[in-house]
Amino acid sequence: MDFMVFQYPMITVQACLDGILLGILFALIAYGMALQWGVMNIINIAQGDLVILGGYIAYFMYLYGIHPAWGVIVSPIIMYFIGIGIYKLVINKVVDRDLFISILATFGISILFMQLMNFAFGADVVLANSGYGTTFLFDSNVVLPNSKIFSAFVSIVFAICLVIYMKKSKLGRAIRATAQNARAAKILGVDTEKVYAATFGINAALCGVAGALISITFTIHPYMGLPYTIRSFMIVIVAGLGNLPGVALSGMGLGVFEEFADYILGTEFRIGSVFLLLVLILVYRRFKLSRKREYLK
Amino acid sequence: MKIKNFIITFVSAIALLLSTSVVSFAKVVGDKIVLGAAVSLTGKYSSNGVHTQNGYNMAVDRINSMGGIKVGGKTYKFDIIYYDDESNPKRAAQLAERLISQDKVEFMLGPYSSGLTKAMAPVTEKYGVPMVEANGASRSLFTKGYKYLFAVLAPANLYLDVAIRTAVELNGGKGVKIAQAFEQDAFSQDVRLGILDAAKETGSEIIIDDKLPKELNDMAATLVKVKQMKPDVLVVSGHTKGALTAIRQISEMKVDVPMLAMTHCDAAKLSKQHGKNSQYALCASQWHKTLTYKDKWFKDGMTYDADFTKMFGYAPPYQAAESSAALLVFKDAFERANSFDQKKVRDALAATDMQTFYGNIKFAPGGQNVSKPMVLFQVICDSSGKCENKVVAPLKWASAKLIHPVPKWSER
Repeated sequence: MDFMVFQYPMITVQACLDGILLGILFALIAYGMALQWGVMNIINIAQGDLVILGGYIAYFMYLYGIHPAWGVIVSPIIMYFIGIGIYKLVINKVVDRDLFISILATFGISILFMQLMNFAFGADVVLANSGYGTTFLFDSNVVLPNSKIFSAFVSIVFAICLVIYMKKSKLGRAIRATAQNARAAKILGVDTEKVYAATFGINAALCGVAGALISITFTIHPYMGLPYTIRSFMIVIVAGLGNLPGVALSGMGLGVFEEFADYILGTEFRIGSVFLLLVLILVYRRFKLSRKREYLK
Repeated sequence: MKIKNFIITFVSAIALLLSTSVVSFAKVVGDKIVLGAAVSLTGKYSSNGVHTQNGYNMAVDRINSMGGIKVGGKTYKFDIIYYDDESNPKRAAQLAERLISQDKVEFMLGPYSSGLTKAMAPVTEKYGVPMVEANGASRSLFTKGYKYLFAVLAPANLYLDVAIRTAVELNGGKGVKIAQAFEQDAFSQDVRLGILDAAKETGSEIIIDDKLPKELNDMAATLVKVKQMKPDVLVVSGHTKGALTAIRQISEMKVDVPMLAMTHCDAAKLSKQHGKNSQYALCASQWHKTLTYKDKWFKDGMTYDADFTKMFGYAPPYQAAESSAALLVFKDAFERANSFDQKKVRDALAATDMQTFYGNIKFAPGGQNVSKPMVLFQVICDSSGKCENKVVAPLKWASAKLIHPVPKWSER
């Protein structure tokens, strides 16, 4: 246990800001997961691996002398098509089956991606340098790397664009209709097959953006995907499906929670505390649900 | 027609089976001494696994082309059976079992990493198969009383010991304030124990003692604490990802600390990934090409570096050099034992006392190499941004003067 947070008040400010910036990025990944969960009723275990793959795209651009920030544009385009490819190959065969089958299928995809990335890119930890500087606040007691600010900003821009797209465009309306009632949408002439493919593609594209941002702010490695899957899963179950402000808020909440867990419990419990929180929330929700059921009786 | 096809397949299958079993009937076949090795060619250790394999192959080539091994008046050549352990300890233990009981290998080379060596050592020990390993440094390998395990490298607890002692020396012999962050794996925790020992002996104080998770890619919290508490030395060990993450975040957050010492910077190719931001970082290394150890086969570090680069197309990290040294040790032991009896070879290994291009090798009763110190190099960049690793400690081997304290970020 470490109570430095209380001894040095500036650490609290730092932890909150770090957490919020990080949380916005998590929320972007979680939004993709919520979207496809809502529309297709699939929990994508490979979410984190798609993120890492997106990161590698930005990394390779960086290797070839292109500024990795362009990865934010290029990576989602490539990932969109990879997403559609995965949908056509695997997901469309499990989309109408129960949740368990889809979890198994995406778990398989996750392992496959991990090994393929390891095979293709090697097991080295890599990162892309953005060369963005640092912002100092409060007499340089609080330090924010500009790369973190950049990634939060880009995440917000993408989230806003997506919301507008979902509201205004034809495909967006079709996606929302399918999410509400796939059968009715089909009867009314929506090509649900196409909607599913597009949804999976959009999710992969969001992962691509997030991956590019992670390669700029942190490091990437073929086996680093799982924590991102867990985090987005958690954000989604806290916020619920189709609740974008909720996703953003619970994303930031998780980010701040993680930072404080890091300071108070120690870095070794950072990811562990996320898992613990997940279990607690699941238990709590179950408890709440069972109470409701009794009440209905 | 079908029956004919079947017979042909059947016969060729049998023939194939026989031929492979003849090849794999190992120990000493004709003029070949067959060694067994499981290395990580896939999985998370695959890059260092490949360095290990390349190091082994380089030494096999060199020893064979320079006359081989002379035992009982006859000349033998080395050959290695490799398996891929997939970076998985369970698989490594299975493969050790397989190499010994199916392939009949009587001498083994080690895998990459302490974890995998730990998984294989009980197996080789059980069968009395001598194993010379070059990539398992964890202290716990050498405290179990293994008789057939020999490691050419210095144990993990010595990795950063020299950094603390240097810092104390520069502080006029007074204790220093240490901040440390270690990954939670066998190796890094051993490095940590070494620091605790060194701190105790020198009267230093540990003010931050963080453990890092395996999926580490953010250590901002530790660095914020470092910024607030201003230690004299920051020590980080978390394999390649630890070194890369540390430099990235230290440079982004402009954390000023007089001395930064890490492990695995060699494999992380710090300066390649981070350029000038990695300047002044101290890295613990088992070997560096500028060290002046010499031997007959590879001459010295510089020659080894040049030959390895020619053969494999990249400069050898210390993981490759120590792997090559393992074969030199085996050759020396076979010749002194003048026999292929496992017991005699084991005793000869235990009595090893030699110098190789990689360093002096002499084993303690536990099997670790006690006569080769760790070296520290510092990343030093010139004005054009070209960075080089220069050995700065221990003083005997130094090729450059240690820059201490590290200049503040605002003055760079």
